[in-house]
Amino acid sequence: MIHYNKFTLANGLRVIVHEDHTTPMAVINVLYDVGARDENPAQTGFAHLFEHLMFGGSINIPSYDEPLQMAGGENNAYTTSDLTNYYIQLPAENIETGFWLESDRMLSLAFDEKSLDVQRKVVSEEFKEHYINKPYGDVWHKMRELSYTTHPYRWMTIGKELSHIENAKLEDVKAFFFKYYRPINAILSVGGNVTVDQVKALAEKWFGDIPSGEKYYRNLPVEPAQTAAHKLEVKANVPLDALYKCYHMYARTDKRYYAADLISDILGGGSSSRLNQVLVKEKKLFSNIECYHFGSLDAGLLTIEGKLVKGVKMKDAEKAIQQELEKLQQEVISERELQKVKNRVESLLAFEDMSLLNRANNLAFYELLGDAALMNREFENYEVVTAAEIHEEAKLLFDEKNSNTIYYYAAN
Amino acid sequence: MNRTIAPPIKDAVDFDIKLKPYEQFTLDNGIPVYVMKSDEQETLQLELVFPAGSWYESESLEATATNFLMKNGTSKHTSQQINENVDYHGAYLNRNAYHENATYTLHCLTKHTEVLLPVLQEVILDPIFPEEELNLYKQNQKQKLAVNLLKCDFVGNRFIDKYLFGEFHPYGRVSSMMAYDALQPEGLQAFYKKHYTYNNCKIFVAGNLPANMIPLLNQYFGTTKWNGDTHLVKLDLPIQPAEEKKFRIFNDENGVQGAVRVARHFPNRYHPDFPKMLVLNTIFGGYFGSRLMSNIREEKGYTYGIYSQLYNFRQTSALNIQTEAGRDVCEATIDEIYKELLRLQNEPVPKEELDLVRNYMIGSILGDLDGAFQLIQRWKNLILNDLDENYFYNNIKTIKTITAEELQQLAKQYFTPGDFYELVVI
Repeated sequence: MIHYNKFTLANGLRVIVHEDHTTPMAVINVLYDVGARDENPAQTGFAHLFEHLMFGGSINIPSYDEPLQMAGGENNAYTTSDLTNYYIQLPAENIETGFWLESDRMLSLAFDEKSLDVQRKVVSEEFKEHYINKPYGDVWHKMRELSYTTHPYRWMTIGKELSHIENAKLEDVKAFFFKYYRPINAILSVGGNVTVDQVKALAEKWFGDIPSGEKYYRNLPVEPAQTAAHKLEVKANVPLDALYKCYHMYARTDKRYYAADLISDILGGGSSSRLNQVLVKEKKLFSNIECYHFGSLDAGLLTIEGKLVKGVKMKDAEKAIQQELEKLQQEVISERELQKVKNRVESLLAFEDMSLLNRANNLAFYELLGDAALMNREFENYEVVTAAEIHEEAKLLFDEKNSNTIYYYAAN
Repeated sequence: MNRTIAPPIKDAVDFDIKLKPYEQFTLDNGIPVYVMKSDEQETLQLELVFPAGSWYESESLEATATNFLMKNGTSKHTSQQINENVDYHGAYLNRNAYHENATYTLHCLTKHTEVLLPVLQEVILDPIFPEEELNLYKQNQKQKLAVNLLKCDFVGNRFIDKYLFGEFHPYGRVSSMMAYDALQPEGLQAFYKKHYTYNNCKIFVAGNLPANMIPLLNQYFGTTKWNGDTHLVKLDLPIQPAEEKKFRIFNDENGVQGAVRVARHFPNRYHPDFPKMLVLNTIFGGYFGSRLMSNIREEKGYTYGIYSQLYNFRQTSALNIQTEAGRDVCEATIDEIYKELLRLQNEPVPKEELDLVRNYMIGSILGDLDGAFQLIQRWKNLILNDLDENYFYNNIKTIKTITAEELQQLAKQYFTPGDFYELVVI
């Protein structure tokens, strides 16, 4: 049970406070309700590029990092398709430094041409490092385009192509900032050796006078239900054939999300999971295989990916996966197996909650989902899933018409 | 309110960092148990450490393979039964082999400790190394290696260590298809018997422990002299550094980035220059605001990130600068690295920068000591290196008091570009 207090400033900024007096540290987490899904299709990668620019100095403070490091603090940030999150960890005595820095960049950035110029290059190198100069690095780019026809999940957070990042203009940066980076679209979550009163006073002092901004109402194109299987063959300079299969699943707030999440664990969670046990160990068709999803807020993809053992035919490998999926559609799983995946969730949540940073971050995340209180009810959502529900969901999910497959062949 | 003025801060030198002491117990057979309790969460971490790292191998990869496969079958249970049991209780049973040591670590909810200890006991005391498991391991590791060999960063790491230490030294030896092929169950069994013995075992426990934790450990690990006494002798081995200093390797003709490595030898952690170098290295390339990062990423945009690190190896250390940079700017990156080395030799570090780094480092240590799992980690590193808290406090003192003159002196001694190996792998 994670305890917290919640209040909202007059400008609409939602604030969550999680006191933990066992630590000398404090954490400040600022979540902005904007991600790659909110981008213009002609300017993809922008939300993430923007995250880099948030470190290029704000209206009153030329450098973000230096004063924070001087206060003994560290920070980082990440952008997903759904949201952008910034976090600081520093000695609790110096927490006001964090409020000063975060509030000034919410007030306004410096919008420096030089910073944009450099970060365009840095992000290009990030793009190359993760998605070009790496065996199989382009697969998610292809998979998203194969799986989504309409929804903005069809491009990756880093961007659809390098040129979108290279062509970013300072006026686009300004417009993006004043549309999304406003108190009304943000959640501030503070944790650690602090008190609610202290955080209230600091939040009022530093964030209270920032203009509220206009609430952003998201109205994204909805992905129509897929009616036929999508398949793609790729040949590339990789040493092993690989197989990727994705199935459309449910939005994060859909009740059926939990059954689908448990299904991914039955198939790919831990060494004893079905795909590992049957396809890697018993049939020796894959040298490794995984089943996962990204927990996307809108309907995401349940993914199975594996590298084939040299000499195994793609057709045989796919058939064996198919058989495992059919088994889930035909037979209700045992109570013990169901309990296993529930126990794994219970444990995962407990270990996640050990870190102060995770707790502050998750409180903000669940507040974005609708209410920070959801965090404390999360395990119940898993506990109530029945074997019969898993059976039903497996039938719907693993419908061949709902599948997207990439056959990734080694060129030589 | 004037937003251009920073709020007052408490300086690092004013933080009084205390390393919370551990409790020590001894099992009936003499195994030491180091304990860091904390009842805030319902979680536990239990780690068994053995001197069973690559240092002790007579055949390449023996240590890693032994460590990996102990979990894959005992005389009573198959690997699947073991995995299912661990997974069923939502636990994680991880194993790792390093240069010096090898470990088995159990993470679980406190309430499952009692049922999981017999599993851990079996894996440690009774592995049988089934041939089928070994064959599968070889096949899958070889496939993984084939993929990794296409990555410039992976290849760069292998080569730079080879140049520094020589391919016959445990620090410079790398995996190969041939070495995987040569592994035999008998070799693993023998390595296991010699290194995973009661008299070589140390146990580290942290978190929320069941009240009877020590009796339980005694029951499963403390009653017998399992695997007998072995006395391992560990002598320093001669390193064989490469004679050439500059290397350029083409690994992928279509590569759009190159892995840049610039490295030199450095004394180990027992040398008085080591704690000082931790500070100089931080300034140079050890944190986001470092000289290298500010110049090469934030000023020039050549890379997504660049860091320098000090190896934590026991016999001897090294200073290694690493980055993946755009193919066309790899050489320019190396030039800038040398410029930054020389700048630290020629100009004293400005006071504000030194103050900032002191504060950053102390703040970061304070954050690292947060929680029982982190604390036992810190103690483990001291204990396994035959050090005590004085070493830790001495490092803190160095961070707080080292002067710009001392740092410049250190740079003059160790930051001469000609002493460094340089490598680009495209």
